[in-house]
Amino acid sequence: MDMKRDYYEDIQLFRTKTVLIASVLSLAALAVLPFMVGGYTLYIVNLIAINAIVAIGLNILVGYTGQISLGHAGFFAIGAYSCVLLMVKGGVPFVIALPAAGLISALFGFLLGLPSLRLEGPYLAIATLGFGMAVTQIISHSEFTGGHMGIEAPRMSFGPFEARTGPQQYAVIMSVAVIMTIAAVNLMKTRVGRAFVAIRDSEIAAEAMGVNLSWFKTLSFAVSAFYTGVAGALMAFALEHVSAGSFNLILSITFLAMVIVGGLGSVMGAIMGAALLTYLQIKLQIVQEAPLIGPFLLEVSKRFFNPAGLANIQSIVFGAIMIAIVIFEPLGMHGIYLRIKRYWRMWPF
Amino acid sequence: MVFFFDLVIGGLAIGACYALVALAMVIIYKTSEVPNFAQGEMAMISAFVAYALIESYGVGFWTAAGLTLLFALCLGVVLELAFLRPAKNPNILGLIVITLGAEMILYGLAGWKWGANQHPFPVPFSEYGGVTYADVIITEINIWTFVTSLVMMLLLFLFFRYTKLGTAMKAVQQNVFAAKAMGIPTRRILTFTWGLSSVTGAVAGMLIAPIATLDPNMMLDPLLKGFAGAVLGGMTSLPGAALGGYMLGLIENFFGGYVSLEFKSVVAFAVIVLVLCVKPSGLLVRHFERKV
Repeated sequence: MDMKRDYYEDIQLFRTKTVLIASVLSLAALAVLPFMVGGYTLYIVNLIAINAIVAIGLNILVGYTGQISLGHAGFFAIGAYSCVLLMVKGGVPFVIALPAAGLISALFGFLLGLPSLRLEGPYLAIATLGFGMAVTQIISHSEFTGGHMGIEAPRMSFGPFEARTGPQQYAVIMSVAVIMTIAAVNLMKTRVGRAFVAIRDSEIAAEAMGVNLSWFKTLSFAVSAFYTGVAGALMAFALEHVSAGSFNLILSITFLAMVIVGGLGSVMGAIMGAALLTYLQIKLQIVQEAPLIGPFLLEVSKRFFNPAGLANIQSIVFGAIMIAIVIFEPLGMHGIYLRIKRYWRMWPF
Repeated sequence: MVFFFDLVIGGLAIGACYALVALAMVIIYKTSEVPNFAQGEMAMISAFVAYALIESYGVGFWTAAGLTLLFALCLGVVLELAFLRPAKNPNILGLIVITLGAEMILYGLAGWKWGANQHPFPVPFSEYGGVTYADVIITEINIWTFVTSLVMMLLLFLFFRYTKLGTAMKAVQQNVFAAKAMGIPTRRILTFTWGLSSVTGAVAGMLIAPIATLDPNMMLDPLLKGFAGAVLGGMTSLPGAALGGYMLGLIENFFGGYVSLEFKSVVAFAVIVLVLCVKPSGLLVRHFERKV
């Protein structure tokens, strides 16, 4: 049923009419969303969009190229700080500062990718992890970046126009997210994307077929870092403030969790994972207000734990989801989606 | 010169902690090729258990330490049985994610129970008094840390060299299939490996708790340094891991003393990346290319 007959069918962006219609419909839904919902919901959607960009970027590295990174909070921080610093100290307009932040981040990704050529598995994990830690340490101790206090982010502006209200911010963030999503889907259909997948499946076989390992591995790091850097810059504007303390190891793990939960090697999965985990993250902070579960958890806290630490339940839930996904559904939410799709296509057999 | 020796002593004391964490990681890595990211939180929970036993139940320090080691053994075994064994044919990434998940769960549990407050960890050793030799003060707590780590390493060495269980563990590390053919219950050995590693980590946790303060973030830094030490020495070599841990402690302390205190914790990772660029499998391990 998914038989492809010529090369064009393989590279086209919308494989079937259904995909095309679904894409147009979801774009329309995103366009009318700010007129339908309140400011808080819009803020959550903004965060989801930003995290989705990171998840897509990380998925290019982890899911498609098969490398591991525990340092993406570092790229996130680099993107956020370079965009804000360019605008505040350099007077660069937002339209240039945003891609510039992505490129600076990509440069660091390229540099980190160089030692990664010789490393794999745990060694790569520790190298990337060390990178993430180092970035946070350096930023929080440097005068130029405002030290521990962080810096205020300016407004996103296009010439005379400033994105001040929630819907205006939403328009900017969501358009960047949509463009980057389409770019990622497209990238994976090109020669570069295929090279990434070939490296993931077998490095030696890929090399034998003429894939330049060192170039494509570092490129994968750079592309991934570019996505994360742009997302970091957007996050600075969404939160209106950047501080080094928030770019910690837990954030890197959360990004990785988004990719794992959504599904490795799937752009759509990355978006779903980012949406689910971002939503959970926000809702679990105020879990005591939830109906039914909230009072019960408070009671448990009072009897066995400490009610003040109830927000920590977020880590427990995230950890449990990560473990459950690896054990029961290694393809993540995308795998579940595929299974449901196949079931309905074959129905009633 | 006094300053130099102060740095050496401080570096050796903290290096001893890193070395124990590194050993705990390597013990698991050698048998199952998983870098255990939950190691730090396992040690942190154990230290909290010791704290709770001493403070809330009035148990003496040494009894509490013994009970904590027993708890750590059970914790390691339970984690392996509950999280790693059910995973069917997972790849390295999947295993790393499982240990990260376990880390998040333990971190959340500790935060839920004990909050983010810092608790002083009571030990029967002085942090200020100690032996003074030619103006160089060696505090009791430094001696205690250093000696305990050496004793622990000696015990591990004896265990792997002279006991049947230790030999069986080494056999599983070398070749799982051959070990199975020789009648070694490899899965049970793997479970016990987690227990042993957890105990080693718990000792490190109880040594670090009085130096740092006891809170859920306590082991974050030592875990990374211990991991880095293990990588420095080579993830598959026990002596290498111990050496790497001590070296990292010394390098870090010297850098903090002579160059810049602010960037003290960054230097460890710079060293790691540099060493890995030259020797991709660590200092004491010969690198081999994986075949098709």
